[in-house]
Amino acid sequence: MAIKKEKLEEIIKKSFPKASINIVDLAGDDDHFSLEIKSSKFNGLSRIKQHKMVYDALEGKMGGELHALSIKTINEE
Amino acid sequence: MDSKVKETIEGKINNDDLHLFMKGTPLFPQCGFSSTVVQILTYLEAPFSSTNVLEDESIREGIKEFSNWPTIPQLYYKGELIGGCDIIKEMFEDGELQEELKDIINN
Repeated sequence: MAIKKEKLEEIIKKSFPKASINIVDLAGDDDHFSLEIKSSKFNGLSRIKQHKMVYDALEGKMGGELHALSIKTINEE
Repeated sequence: MDSKVKETIEGKINNDDLHLFMKGTPLFPQCGFSSTVVQILTYLEAPFSSTNVLEDESIREGIKEFSNWPTIPQLYYKGELIGGCDIIKEMFEDGELQEELKDIINN
């Protein structure tokens, strides 16, 4: 399964419209990405809660269309 | 999720302090993310037990529903999900993992 980088960014932006997002296609196969996302929505939340917010934003694509996504969440002061 | 699967999962995470649901085994990890977590725990000399989710599809899917976490590996400490590969790596790099697991390291 695979997903286009632009599509991935579009999906995430729906839940994080004001976040700054940096997505890298790690293997060039539309299947292994790294995502760095900076948002004030993460402030004060545990890492688990932050990552769960990102997984929820992916509308169930994680593990299906999207095989591997490494996530780095950053608070926005 | 089938209650038997739930009981199996609960048994595993409550049986040992540190339990890793992974793809493959510590000796033969079948996925880079699982392998990274195994290496970190081995480096810290933190004793852990593990489940190879590739051997049982019901566990592989059940654990995702159990924790509302869509990926493998998943590391549990004292019955609680600590996180997947990204979080374990971040905690390790910040020294937080050593602090969290101090009760079971070096004894």
